[in-house]
Amino acid sequence: MVVKVISSAEAIAEAAKRARPDVIPVYPITPQTKISEKLADYVADGELDAHYIKVESEHSAMSAAIGASGAGVRVFTATSSQGLAYMHEPVFAAAGMRVPIVMADANRALSSPINIWNDQQDSLAERDAGWIQIYAETGQEAFDTTIQAFKIAENKNVLLPVMVCVDGFILTHTVDPVELIDQEDIDEFLPPYEPEHSYLDPEDPMSLGTLADPDHYMEIRHDIEVALENAKDVITEVGQEFGEKFGRSYGLVEEYKTEDAEIILMAMGSICDTIKDVIDQQREAGVKVGLLRVRVYRPFPKEAIKAAVGDATLAVLDKDISFSAGGALYLDTKSAVDNPTYNYIVGLGGRDITPSHIEEIIEKTKNPEKDVEWIGLKE
Amino acid sequence: MIDIDPKEYLAPGHRACAGCGATIAVRLALKALGPNTVAVSATGCLEVVTSPYPETSWEIPWIHVAFENASAVASGVEEALKAKGKTDTNIIVIGGDGGTTDIGIQSLSGAMERGQNIIYMCYDNEAYMNTGIQRSSSTPFGASTTTSPAGKNSFGENRFKKDMATIMAGHGIPYVATACVSEPQDLMNKVKKAAEAKGPAYIHVLQPCATGWGYDPSKTIKLGKLAVDSKAWVLYEIDNGRINVTKKITNPVPVKDYLSMQKRFKHLTEDKIEIIQKHAEEKYNQLIALSE
Amino acid sequence: MSIGAVVKEPGSSRNNKTGSWRTFKPVKSDKCIQCGICYYFCPEGCISTDIEIDYDYCKGCGICAEECPVKAISMER
Repeated sequence: MVVKVISSAEAIAEAAKRARPDVIPVYPITPQTKISEKLADYVADGELDAHYIKVESEHSAMSAAIGASGAGVRVFTATSSQGLAYMHEPVFAAAGMRVPIVMADANRALSSPINIWNDQQDSLAERDAGWIQIYAETGQEAFDTTIQAFKIAENKNVLLPVMVCVDGFILTHTVDPVELIDQEDIDEFLPPYEPEHSYLDPEDPMSLGTLADPDHYMEIRHDIEVALENAKDVITEVGQEFGEKFGRSYGLVEEYKTEDAEIILMAMGSICDTIKDVIDQQREAGVKVGLLRVRVYRPFPKEAIKAAVGDATLAVLDKDISFSAGGALYLDTKSAVDNPTYNYIVGLGGRDITPSHIEEIIEKTKNPEKDVEWIGLKE
Repeated sequence: MIDIDPKEYLAPGHRACAGCGATIAVRLALKALGPNTVAVSATGCLEVVTSPYPETSWEIPWIHVAFENASAVASGVEEALKAKGKTDTNIIVIGGDGGTTDIGIQSLSGAMERGQNIIYMCYDNEAYMNTGIQRSSSTPFGASTTTSPAGKNSFGENRFKKDMATIMAGHGIPYVATACVSEPQDLMNKVKKAAEAKGPAYIHVLQPCATGWGYDPSKTIKLGKLAVDSKAWVLYEIDNGRINVTKKITNPVPVKDYLSMQKRFKHLTEDKIEIIQKHAEEKYNQLIALSE
Repeated sequence: MSIGAVVKEPGSSRNNKTGSWRTFKPVKSDKCIQCGICYYFCPEGCISTDIEIDYDYCKGCGICAEECPVKAISMER
């Protein structure tokens, strides 16, 4: 085991390498490119024995990923923003065809206006696809989650693709010490992919991606719902097993000083680091405030959220907006709990979210005026 | 007994229209390739009629994902099979003219340019038949479709069909060919050559469609023969850059004989027929001149 | 339901007997010279290499009768 001071992009590439994917179809897009460039280096240097497909678009990246995973091998890819939007169609197909692809998404704003900086609109726009979505807070978590993602995706009770979401630039381009687990230990944790439900073998022919009429479609779609529900236990078990082996456990949510909290902030990704600092200061000042970090957004951890929030007032931060309705995390949380819940739209297109914005949110939640409020807008 | 692989790799019971030319092309191509083959389909007639869950007509491994991405899916399949050490399996991608010349041309171009070792076969019925006969970029000059209808101010499609074989040849791939379902031996030979090619191969198969073209289903082969014999469809190949017309037409029939059998051309006036006749001859003569 | 709508029974469309679509039926006479032209051109693949027609699947398109070089196949009601 070594500790390297690297970006989350490199951490994800290091993790993907150790998962030994057979096929990597990728197309460049900022701020994901650092992941695919690193993987290209590993293949070029013989460190990684994978078939790297230099596809001509993200649509083809996901399509080739489905072809390869459907054929029965382990597949990794990465994308961001417009690229994820462009592959929207095969992203849905991947879940429907139950191919356990792992994809990193460097979270970035969607056009228009075009903007390369961070928010989480891109992956949240894919929330209905049937993918598992996990949001990392740090580079270490990005590494650890990428490894776990394969084990979760390939679990026989799940068999769904997993999106590992990391905030673009904030995580992908800033460096932190990351503990890189040795290959032998990863091999022990993550055995090779042995598909039973889907492969392309002339000795045992099967047809993949068939047409389902109204007599069959709903049941096949319902199976995705069941698998995504199953994933809750699997993600928890894999996160615990990872902790037992490597000392860092992960669950669906992370509770930070929530126990006696009167106000609980809810958020996803790197912003939680800032929120934790603010909470520490507020606690010192006697304010009963905590953070519920939603690590796994799909499957939506309703039960874990319910169990964590007690009767606190909830302040949900969203780096995304479903115009005229509110942020995705807010809307889902509202549907899961009866607590008074308020929504703060923050950080769109890379707008800075400062500790004073977090303080402002806490103050506003004490005497709420609006259900959904945009924070950090210029006058 | 005739000398051919007797196995049907595309099982009957499929829902293709009576007299379907696409299924003839696929049957013959799969016989040429044999059992060690994986098929990849673009969305379209063929995909719809062969894969109604929980049934399939495919006797070989088969995958479909969407309309425009079959070549990308096939690229993933190829690399996965290579990763498994299976380098001798044929991969045939099958798309209609819409899925090939329109919406699928980007992923097709990508796969050809990358040198993926796949055979792409376009079954060209010259319009979007699965959705109800809408015009594609492969629809021929003068054809009336539901989106290029003949009318008071329209003689139907006003563009000549896209020359896909030339576009594919521009990728520098080892094998490009045109074929027609009415010439089974020629079609199967070309599929075999495509399989033997070291790298990507592209075969563009003209496939008359009773429903979309408007003729009696028994005439599918007749129409194919008329297309070839009138030079409206030239059979040729580009084998490692060398152009070879595989069926030379010594006694051509007028294109009018081909057009007049089809409802989609019934509105055409003599001057438009003349344009088509001239275009067919020019195209044929060009290819003969380039043919070694 | 299978996972991901994968169909693991190759050729299972044989369960669907498309012979019920047929109006006119191709009938082979002893004029047949076994040339195989009808075999090549059958869209259903329901003519065997020794030129027996499988009426379970024949949709009655009439290509075989149309293309037969010796007029050995007639379409009958």
